[in-house]
Parts: sequence; structure tokens; C-alpha cells
Amino acid sequence: MIVAVASGKGGTGKTMLATGLAAAVASIRSGADGGAVVQLLDCDVEEPNAHLFLNPHLQKTAEVVILTPTVDPDRCSGCRRCAELCAFHAIAVLGKEVLVFEEMCHGCGSCALGCPEGAISEKPRVTGVIEEGSAGKIAFGRGVLNVGEAMAAPVIRYLKRRLAEERGADRLVVLDAPPGSSCPVVECLRGADFALMVTEPTPFGLHDLEMAVQVARDELHLPVGVVVNRDGVGDSGVDDYCRDEGIPILMRIPLDRRIAEACSEGLPLPVALPEYLGPFLSLYHRLKEEVGL
Amino acid sequence: MELVVLSGKGGTGKTTVAAAMAHLASREGRITMADADVDAANLGLVLSPRVRESHQFFGEGVAAIDPRSCTACGVCLEVCRFDALFPEGGAVRVDPIACEGCASCFHRCPSGAIRMEERLAGHWFVSDTRFGPLVHAHLLAGQENSGKLVTRVKERAREIVRETGGDTLIVDGPPGIGCPVIAACSGADLVLVVTEPTVAGTHDLERVLATAEHFRLPAVVLINKHDLNPGRSGGIEGFCQSHGVPVVGRLPYDDRVTVAMTEGLTVTERLGGTILDEMERVWAQCKAAASGLRQVRR
Repeated sequence: MIVAVASGKGGTGKTMLATGLAAAVASIRSGADGGAVVQLLDCDVEEPNAHLFLNPHLQKTAEVVILTPTVDPDRCSGCRRCAELCAFHAIAVLGKEVLVFEEMCHGCGSCALGCPEGAISEKPRVTGVIEEGSAGKIAFGRGVLNVGEAMAAPVIRYLKRRLAEERGADRLVVLDAPPGSSCPVVECLRGADFALMVTEPTPFGLHDLEMAVQVARDELHLPVGVVVNRDGVGDSGVDDYCRDEGIPILMRIPLDRRIAEACSEGLPLPVALPEYLGPFLSLYHRLKEEVGL
Repeated sequence: MELVVLSGKGGTGKTTVAAAMAHLASREGRITMADADVDAANLGLVLSPRVRESHQFFGEGVAAIDPRSCTACGVCLEVCRFDALFPEGGAVRVDPIACEGCASCFHRCPSGAIRMEERLAGHWFVSDTRFGPLVHAHLLAGQENSGKLVTRVKERAREIVRETGGDTLIVDGPPGIGCPVIAACSGADLVLVVTEPTVAGTHDLERVLATAEHFRLPAVVLINKHDLNPGRSGGIEGFCQSHGVPVVGRLPYDDRVTVAMTEGLTVTERLGGTILDEMERVWAQCKAAASGLRQVRR
């Protein structure tokens, strides 16, 4: 069962929920030979934080590469065809000099395929890394976008190749999604069994929740459920919306300064405040019901 | 001055601070605002904008295949690097969500069966607010090109600054460090990073400051909820000091901030006391930092 934890708005508690759920499930299950029983992949590759809560021993297992063009000046005729072909404006031709703006290149290969002189070859350019490790019974993976790089989606695509192959009700995979509702979120949510939306009961949380639901439910046709975090802080807008849309509210986490303090130290919530272990396990059972396992 | 509010980590208070800066700046002269968080645009929720201009935004095209012309030769399947094409029933179909619009398939198709269709990716607006004009946008769910839409928003906002004869542009930025952030802070005079004393806030602060440095943008830091974890606040102060980044303000943990924002008011309008004083200090220090930098550049 792959559960993607998303939110739209940043800072509503995605990582707190993702790590809390993984830690709670890991605490009650025993794997064969002490192996992992839960996998958590941190897909917020611009600002990955889940490792701060789980402290896995991380090792680099892959580099994320994009194929970008290099031009052989001896063969280039300066015809500008490559610049015309590039849909991403990553190539400009000044006189006979071809300028490549690597950060804008999506690596589609159109320029190399279309160069009439065969003057363009492609070389791999590293834009991020994949790191993996384990934290107790949690198999952990994360992608990290290099500073100064623009495109998060390819890093997420690489990371998701690390998804555990073994699935089913007994094998929980938690994806910690990036904020927002654009392409990196789509890349994370694709192929998940359930989109779990964490929100706060304010007009801001609600506005961004609606956007995230549009991506998960309306575009990707995933089942969605909501966790209301900092319950009691704002107004009733989120509750009204969920009722009108028929979206189940699967958990409520109250506004409690102790939770903010635990998170500030990077402690998984069921570890810092054991009274939350039960609610997280109930959430896990609700998720299994919702997915139909 | 063009001031861009960033944070790295989401939810640390970017919009709260950007709205407060806009309020304080508007008491001194003409200002323009831009919401550069186009896939979770929230500044408008505090400013009750009255829309006066509305525009469509088109992203990259999307491949469409005419099944009558498609011979299922498979050339397009070979050239597509985004897994956006798949064979089905003797023809090839497009997954529009996966298609990045590179048009590689369009250019290579030997039977001319592929065309690139325009794709509506969002809308952008110019609105009037009680503090001045706001340029904001709405990226449709799941679309690409948020960076390009952010650039459009900022270009229009800069035009308005020139048209109105003002000199202040306040930009509420997106979270993260990737393409929309790079677009939001390109050409800014100063980046104000709002952080919080948590493990995640600190970690993300370091990455967003590294991003600002990569693009040679001067940055200052505001620690929100600084009393939530005094030890970590001290750590942030130390980090900033050792990297030559000024800490321009420290706001307390206060649930009334959320209450004010939920009511559609900036904290500087709704709350007095420490929060107002501190926000005024932050604004004064941002102005000083930006004008100091301008003098250095001269």
C-alpha cells in the first residue's frame, strides 16, 4: 500500500505525519530477520526533512542525471535549428556560437535528434542525488536536488524507482510529498494507492487543500482523505469543504504547543508523545479500509 | 527596492511577513505586490483583492495524435523520454499529464500524425488592494511551468512599479529552492528569509541561503516563533553570524497571528505590541540593507 502524504500548503505537517505514521507502524510489526517493514521515501527533494526525524544512516546510491547537449563547433553550421527545436528556450545561437542554458534543459534530446549536421552529442549532467539507508525497521530513501538546480521532478522520478517491489497490505510505503500542486507533486503522487492530505483549518490551508485535491482526485483519480492538523486554530472551512465533497477526515491532531516543540527537535510524534501512538495506528487501519485491503 | 520573501521550508510565515511588510511599506509610499507562490497563492486571502485585469497563461504544448494517420510505427515511442506515449489498439496514445511538451515526437513522426496543442496552464491577475496593486496568479492543478508563470507575474509587477512611479515591490515567494523560487528571486534587491527554530526550518534555511548565494543575491533572516525552541534559535543566530547574514528580527510564538490572518488582516493591522514593533524593525532593516547595498554597487 503506497500512501502519499501531501498538503498543498507548506508547513501543515506533512513530514510530521509521514514520519509519525511510519514510526507507529514500524513499532508494532516485526519483519522477517529483523528486516524493514515500512518504507519511507522523502519526495520533497527541494527541502527534504524526513531524515531529520528518523536519523537513518544514509549512503548515496545513485546520481540523478539529465542528458544535456554539447555542440561540436567544427561541425556546427550555425543554422539555428537546435534553438528552434528547443521548446524550453534552453538554446540560443549567437552568430556561430551555440549557447546552452543547462538549468533550463529538460533533456528531451530534440536538438541532438534534429541537428542536420549531427553536431550535437549529449552528456550527462548531475542535478541531484538519491540517498538510502535504514532507520530501525524503516527502509528510508530520499532525493536531494542540488542547490541552484531548477527541476525537482526528475529527482523524484529517480527516487521512485527505489519503491519496494513487494506490496500488499502488510507492506506500507509512505511518500512524503513536496508542497504545492504543480509538476513535482504530480510526479510524487502518480502510482500511489492513496493521497493523504494534511491541512490546517484556516482559509490558507483550505485554499491549498482544494488545489491538492484537484491534482490527486480529479487529475490522477486517487482516493483522498484528510488529516486536520492544529485542529482548533482557525475556522470551520475545512470541515465544511470535506463534508460537501464527501472527503473523509481520517485523523485530527489538536493545536498543542508540545507537538510543535517535539517537531522542532525532530522527534517522531508517537515517540515524543506516546499518547499519539494509538491515533496513528487507527489512521493506518482506516487507510487500509479506504484502500480496500 | 524589490524585496522577495522566501523560507525554504513551507509554513514558516512567508505570507504573514510579506503582508506585514506590504502594510508597513504602504504607509510610506506607493507600493506594488506580487504573489510568486502560484500553485498555493495565499497573499490574496489576506488582501481581499478586487480583480481589474485577468489573463490566460499557456504552458508548453501537449502532443495529440490523430489515430487515422498514426501507423503505429513506434518512432515516437523511441524518442519520448518522459514515458508520455504508449501503444494502444494499433495506434499510440498520449498521457497528457506525463507529456512535457518537448515536441520531439511531433518533429520525428514520419506520417505527420502528431500535432502540438496549446495547453491552458493557469491565469494571472492584476488586482487592487488596500495597500496597492497586487499581481497574482493561479496555476491549474498539476501543471508545469510554475517558474514561467512566476516570471510573467514579476514582469507585470515591475511594469506597474514603473507606471505608478513607485519604487517598492514586495514579493511573497514560494517554498523550496527549485524553479519557481529561482524565478521569484531573479533580479531582486534583497531576499528576506523567514525561518523557524526547528530541525527542518534550520536545515531548509541553510539550503535557501545557499541558493541565494549561488545567484549572488543578498539575504537577511527573520526568525519566526523564536521562543519555541531557544536552543535552536541560538543555533540559527550562530549560523547566520558565521555566514555574514544579518538576523533582522525575532517574532514570538503566538496563536493570535493565525487568528488575525484568518480574519483577513495583517498582523501589523490587527496586533500591536511586540509583533508590531518587531515587524517595524524588520522593515526598517530591510530598507537599510537594500540601500546600503545600492550604495556599495554604485
